[in-house]
Amino acid sequence: MSFIADPVTFIINWLSSVLSGWGIADMWVQFIMFVLGAGILAFGAMIFTIGLIWVERKLGGRVQDRIGPNRVGPWGIFQTIADMLKIFTKELITPTGADSTLFNLAPILAMASVLGLWAVIPLSPTVFGTNIDVGILYLIGVGALGELGIILAGLSSNNKYALVGGFRAVAQLISYEVPFAIALLIPVMFSGSMGLNDIVASQKVAFIFQAPVAALVFFIASIAENGRAPFDLIEADSEIVAGFNIEYSGLKFGMYYVADFLHAFTSAMIFASLFLGGWRGPGAELYPILGFVYLFIKTAAVYLLTVTIRFTVPRLRIDQMMAFNWKYLTPLALATLLVTAIVDKAAPAGQGLIRILLLWAANAALFFVTDRIVTIFRRNREKERKVVSEPRPVPIAVRPLPASESEVNS
Amino acid sequence: MPHEWLYLLIFLVISLFIPAFAIGMAALLSPKKPSPLKNSIYECGIETVGSSRIQFKAQYYLYALLFLVFDVETVFLYPFAVAYNQVLFFGVVEVVLFVLILAAGLAYAWRAGALEWV
Amino acid sequence: MTGMQVIFLISAVVILFSGTMMVSTRKLIQAALWLILTLFGVAVIFALLETSFLAIVQVVVYIGAIAILIVFAIMLTHLAVDDTYQNRKWIVTAVIAMIALAGILLAIFTWPQGATLTAPLPGGQQDIRAIGLALLDPEGYLIPFEISSLLLLAALVGSIYIGLERKGETK
Repeated sequence: MSFIADPVTFIINWLSSVLSGWGIADMWVQFIMFVLGAGILAFGAMIFTIGLIWVERKLGGRVQDRIGPNRVGPWGIFQTIADMLKIFTKELITPTGADSTLFNLAPILAMASVLGLWAVIPLSPTVFGTNIDVGILYLIGVGALGELGIILAGLSSNNKYALVGGFRAVAQLISYEVPFAIALLIPVMFSGSMGLNDIVASQKVAFIFQAPVAALVFFIASIAENGRAPFDLIEADSEIVAGFNIEYSGLKFGMYYVADFLHAFTSAMIFASLFLGGWRGPGAELYPILGFVYLFIKTAAVYLLTVTIRFTVPRLRIDQMMAFNWKYLTPLALATLLVTAIVDKAAPAGQGLIRILLLWAANAALFFVTDRIVTIFRRNREKERKVVSEPRPVPIAVRPLPASESEVNS
Repeated sequence: MPHEWLYLLIFLVISLFIPAFAIGMAALLSPKKPSPLKNSIYECGIETVGSSRIQFKAQYYLYALLFLVFDVETVFLYPFAVAYNQVLFFGVVEVVLFVLILAAGLAYAWRAGALEWV
Repeated sequence: MTGMQVIFLISAVVILFSGTMMVSTRKLIQAALWLILTLFGVAVIFALLETSFLAIVQVVVYIGAIAILIVFAIMLTHLAVDDTYQNRKWIVTAVIAMIALAGILLAIFTWPQGATLTAPLPGGQQDIRAIGLALLDPEGYLIPFEISSLLLLAALVGSIYIGLERKGETK
């Protein structure tokens, strides 16, 4: 019964008892268990990406009204393995003049920063990597490691386009870390702890119902941190000339994309843990394996939403992205923080219905006010748009001219 | 040291090793035929012109600076968020003042045009 | 030799090695990268001292913001184009640094509280909660807290004013 209810803890206990039975000291037993656990988790995350890439390509195909990969294996499930075999045997070209240590380190850092996220996420009530008490700040910190990888890629490629692409990528990533970090303050406020285990354990009512605007800000910021559409200017296929990874070939190039896909799933998992309740669900405390199932379902829902957004929304330009972040998302995040802090203090104590309704009302009011302000801004800007010059006479007029020439020309 | 941080260190070392191992395996499996043409720097299909350093826009530095100020502010706010359940309303007022001062900084940056991507 | 001592030794060696490489390397970009390794070693030392909040703040603020700012600043100056930078009077600098180090060590070893062991922290969220409550306490660190926000505002406004190229003004 205990094996079915909680297989991972059962195996861990059994293995520890076997190792202690061989006479190994307690400290070393724990060290070996740590190494085994970390290795299996990291390796499992990387292998899981194979299935993830297939899911994304199939879903993208369906959104774009085509079938997606369907040749290699039934429903094309071996397509990713075929791609992996191909990319493993491509030649790894190092361009002349590139600093080879940094050139090789950059994709490793990019992948390591995504794998490092898996160490703190609670997969079930008893299965988690580690429960450090600053888990939220750790999530932000490994993002910094990833940005470092991108700067190294741009700097070490000895290519001016890679340099420009690297700087633009880092500028986008650090800009979107600000609303990311501010929106993460809200779950910390509600649960009184920075550790992810405590945040999940304290969500009797999922935090998305208590702070929907903060959840929205976090969702958008995490898509932008990932470098996915609509924010994928930094490594999109058609922009690749100005991307930071143009000098990479073979598996080093593939490593960036594996990191990208895995990061999308991991961001979905973090969102599900922080705002949707993680492994919480009916019966999860008694049977921890159910907790894992609940987390997987919630993560899959958020991940499918992310993939659908990727294949639906057009790409933003870099100046639109920066303006969106600094002029809309950061003030919205700050306003959400202040409103939630004030309303939560003013509401009566306990997680009663009144407090949740009050928070809902405050968030709805905030969203409504923001919408009004943006509409007024946009209306003022449209009114101010002057005609820059007189329209030139068009020599051919075989088609009827539109009603107002200035609207076409501006 | 608490065992949690040890696990984190082990995990980070392993997550550095796994991609390194994968790239090492790819280096073994892949052909190695370097030629001057293959190793030359990419520049839209033409020969490279000029050095590979560019004139750096000051705008990047301003974005990094803005991020630094807001990052430090957020780090100051995290202990407040952890202690939120025991903070009095006066404490919330103090934090509102803190955030409003820095929001005024953002408003100045907006008006001065530092947020435009030139 | 316990595990903690081993990790302390390794991180101390890493810090010293990368610090030396940082000040002695010829290329500025490499100096910035050695600085990042030094800061990471300091974060490991903070984690060894069981102050997890400071360790993670070290990574987030120093490596995630300041190191990137330094790299951007290096790229902004012309020194990045011409990558080598030599300080001919490095012996004078080394002597001054040695004297400063001797002074600091003397101050630490003659400080009466330096020899007493501090009480162990309870660890976990109570530490961070205590920091948070102390920051907001009027008899605690409230005034420095608000003044730090003013300081950040001053830094922001000042550097934007200096760094922004205003239209119509020639530099």
